[in-house]
This record gives sequence, structure tokens and C-alpha cells, in this order.
Amino acid sequence: MVVSYRKERLDRGIKARSDDIFVISSHRETLYLVLPRIIPIVGILLIPLLKENVGIYWEKVLVITCIISLLSLSWDLLMSVGLVSLGQAFFFGTGAYFAGFLNKSFNWSPLFTIPIATLGGGAFCAILLLPVVRLRGIYFSLITLALPILFMRIIEAGKILGGEEGIVALTPFHSIWIELYVPAIALLFCLFGFRRLINTDYGIVLRGIRDNDRAVMARGINIYWYKTQVVFIAGAVGAFAGAFLTHYYQFAGTSGLGLDYSILPLTCVIVGGSGTFAGAVLGTFILVPLAEILRAFGTLRVVFYSLILLAFVVVLPEGIFDYLQRKYHQYERLASVEVGK
Amino acid sequence: MSTGDPILKVINLNKNFGGVKAITNVSFELEQGGSLGIIGPNGSGKTTLVNLITSFIKPDSGEVLFNEKNITGLMPYKIANLGIARSFQMPRPFYKLPAFKNLIIPLYSPRVKRLEGGKYGERDDVALDLLEDVGFERESPVPYKVAGSLPHGYVKRLELAQCLALRPDLIIFDELFSGMSMSEVASTLPIIEKISEEGKTLVIIEHRLRELFRVVRRVIVLNFGSKIADGPPKEVMASGEVKKAYLGSEVE
Repeated sequence: MVVSYRKERLDRGIKARSDDIFVISSHRETLYLVLPRIIPIVGILLIPLLKENVGIYWEKVLVITCIISLLSLSWDLLMSVGLVSLGQAFFFGTGAYFAGFLNKSFNWSPLFTIPIATLGGGAFCAILLLPVVRLRGIYFSLITLALPILFMRIIEAGKILGGEEGIVALTPFHSIWIELYVPAIALLFCLFGFRRLINTDYGIVLRGIRDNDRAVMARGINIYWYKTQVVFIAGAVGAFAGAFLTHYYQFAGTSGLGLDYSILPLTCVIVGGSGTFAGAVLGTFILVPLAEILRAFGTLRVVFYSLILLAFVVVLPEGIFDYLQRKYHQYERLASVEVGK
Repeated sequence: MSTGDPILKVINLNKNFGGVKAITNVSFELEQGGSLGIIGPNGSGKTTLVNLITSFIKPDSGEVLFNEKNITGLMPYKIANLGIARSFQMPRPFYKLPAFKNLIIPLYSPRVKRLEGGKYGERDDVALDLLEDVGFERESPVPYKVAGSLPHGYVKRLELAQCLALRPDLIIFDELFSGMSMSEVASTLPIIEKISEEGKTLVIIEHRLRELFRVVRRVIVLNFGSKIADGPPKEVMASGEVKKAYLGSEVE
């Protein structure tokens, strides 16, 4: 008889006791539950306060990271109904041009342009993608990939909305605190909001559509309407990101419809892990600052960046967040197995 | 509507897939509270007929009337909301959700919300009640298991519970018993009999004739997409054409 070993995974005590109603009997268990939620909240809210120590350059990186995180969250939400978007730039650019146009033409303050761009941009994206939500898989992706390019060329060729030069000299925010805290709070709001939404009955319907849309349809649910609602929410979040950055840069141009804004969120979600929203944010908070650190390498930057990306995808295909979550909630040990009696 | 009026009327339904005539001129009526079996050899068009009635496939010609309303070509979710529930031959549950959460989806449909009491009560509790009816013991871990880890018999019964959750007037079962073990069939059959006795109208597609004939009083036989017989099981089985087309020497 040969004895060999296999890895065994066991849930930690508190999770075994109860999955949704937390029975908390000690500070240790309270910490166990609260810490993973408190760390990102405190972290994201604290960094802006340390701007003297961190330096204004890294504060700017934080703003960009929060904005890209919003695009990643929006991508992950679309993914939760099975829509793979390759056109986050479309949402982003729509918001940017909405805010830029309203600010330039009517001289409205960001206090109005950003909310209008958020809702209007979401509605605009949802209406434009309305015929496309019936498509599944790669077809939806291709359309979303083509849309920002289409609009970029229309703006360039038609010389509308500032043409190639873009809309310049827009109203900036009058306080650095607004610049730092608005994206941070929006990010936390979306992160925890989406995580909550996906576990409600409404969220279960959404996840059902991803798993088996025909079965959901046979249960009397208009899947196209639900998908449209999700495109609206995802579009609004993306448009908010675009509208905010427009006022931050005081500029709205065709670069907002560029491929960067489509691919970067996608990469971040793949690295962080899809389906949990936290993975999307974690991935962005790794990749975007990493790109900044690698600036020191000059032209070799892309090489290092690609290598690190490859390493993540090969070593942790499930995503960093899923891996960490598993390590946190379960412990592993070797159990003996009897082979070949 | 009183018992005896047709709840479902299928008139001259036709469907071709390229050159293949999947369904040719199939017509039948089904009265309220009745139960109808549809049998036929493999590839005779049984599932296509279900897909045509529930509009997952659009017919080339012909009409489907439900409660005297023309439902031909409506979107499948509209048909479900009118009160036709169907099961799938190859059920694919929502794998990552616990079994009882699978029922949230039909319970969230406009039909159930509109029906009396549909808005009240925690959906989770309603779901657990429904699962208990089809044999998922509430106190056992089964209803809380992830649907992807359930054995085949449970998956089929989960599919049945999903149909019941819609509180439909007409249920179409597409080979509910296929792949079930004898004991699973034996425990599921009384549930179907009970549904039928409660006055729901049933259309059952089945290969297991002995079990089918315990529930239905009338069968339709399809062969190469055409209806070749229609009537009470005994008469239909005695017909020479049916024996030739389908059963061979294996009459039970």
C-alpha cells in the first residue's frame, strides 16, 4: 500500500458557522470580517490627505487610477450579464464630449455638466447599443470595438465638437480636494454598490442571463431590457469617468475615444479577476501605478510591462483577487491518501 | 374559462430547416386541464414542435393560439408571461447559484409579480417551499448546494420546480424523465400526476411510454415531422402505422 498526499482546502471557522448572518463572538472575528472592507476604504480615502508626503505627481496617479478603476468596474458589470465590451472608450469618450460640449457652449459649471454627462452619456450609450444587446459573444464585442473608432472619425472628418484639436480651455475644479476626493468616493460607491447589487434578486437575474440566457427567457424575463439597463449603468459609470477627467484636464478630445481606454480596463480586470468587482479595482491599482513606476525604464517600459502582465496571467489565471480571497477564507493542508490497495 | 374549451390550438404549423422538413402541417387542440403526450422516434420533430409553440423558433407558416390569443412569433418571454412554462431537454441550471437561488429568476418575472401574492414573502422562502414540493428536503443541505454540483435527477427536478415557480396554466415537459434512474422517475411521477390533478394543462414529450401513459389520456405520434396518429394511448398504440414507424416489436 502506497501512501501519497494531496492538498486539502478547509474553510476557516467563521465561514463554516454561517455564510450570510455573521455570528460574531470576538474582536478577532469582527476584524476578520471587517478588515478586508476597511483596508481599501481607509487606504483610498487616506492617500489624498498625505499629499505633502506622497507628492503631487503620485496624487495625480491616484486620480487616474480611480478613473480607470471606474471603467474596469463598468466592464465587470457588463461581464456579469455576459456582455464582453471592447469599447469602454466609447462610454468614456461620450461622457467627455457631453461634459466638454455643455461646458463650452453654455458655460455650465462642472457641478451640472458632470451629472448631466453621466446620465445623458449612459442613456446615449444604452440607446445606441439597443439593437446590439441582442447579439451574443464576439459580435457584441466587435460592435463595441468599432463604435469609438467610428465616432472618432466622424468628429475628425466632420470638424464637429472641436474636430482634431478637441474642446479646450474648459472650467477646472476650483479645489484640489474635489479633484482628489470625487473619483475616490465615486470608486468606493460603485465598488460596494455593485457588489451589493449583484447579490440582490435583480443581480441574480443578471447572473442567470450570463449563464443561460435562453432559460432566463423561458422563465418570462425580458433579457434584452435587463441587458439594456446594465448597459445604461455601465455606460453612466464610464461617462462619469470621462466627464470628470475632461474637467480635470480642461480638455475633451478624440484621445478620449482612443483604444487605451478600451483595452486598459479589460487588462486590469483580467489581472485582478472578473466577477467580484473587487478584482477589477485591485487589478487597476496594480497595473496603473506599475505603468508609472516603469517610466524609469524609458522605451523598455512596454517590454517590462508586458512581461509582468504575462507573468500574472500565466501564474494566476483565476485573477489576483480570487486567489487572495481563497487564501483568506480557506487554509490548505496536506492530507494522506491511500493509493493502490 | 370553463373546462373543455381549448387552451392551446396549433393550426397547420410548418417549419423547414433548409431542405429538411422538420414540421409539416401539424395541427391539434388541447382542452383546458387536459394532458397530452407527444411521442415519436428520434428526430421526428418533437422538440422542434415545443420550440415553435414557445416561439424559440419562428414557424414558416401556421398559427399557435393560446386562450384564443394568437401567440405565433411573440418573444419567448412574452409567451412565458402569458402562462406557458416549458422545461428544456438538456437542462442547464445556473451553475454557480445555489439550487434555491435558481428559482429567484422565475419568481422575479413580471407574471409572478403580477399574480396574487407574488409580491409578498421573501422570494428565498417561496423558492424553498417550491423545492420542497419537488423533493428537495428543506432541512437537508441539497437546496443550498451549488446547482452545478447536483446529480442529474435533481437537476431535472430543479427544472420542474422552475416551471412551477412561474405558476403557469400550461406546462410543456420536454423529456423530463430522460437520463433519470428508475427510482428518480418513480419519485417524480407522482409530482406530475399531482400537477395534472390540480388542473394544470400538460404537454409531455417522453420516450418512457409506460410512465407517460400513467399521466396522459391522449397522445400524438409524430414521424418525420408529420402527425401520424392522435387519440387515447391504447388506440394509438394499436395502429399499424405507429407500430411500423416507431415501436417495432417493443410494445409494452
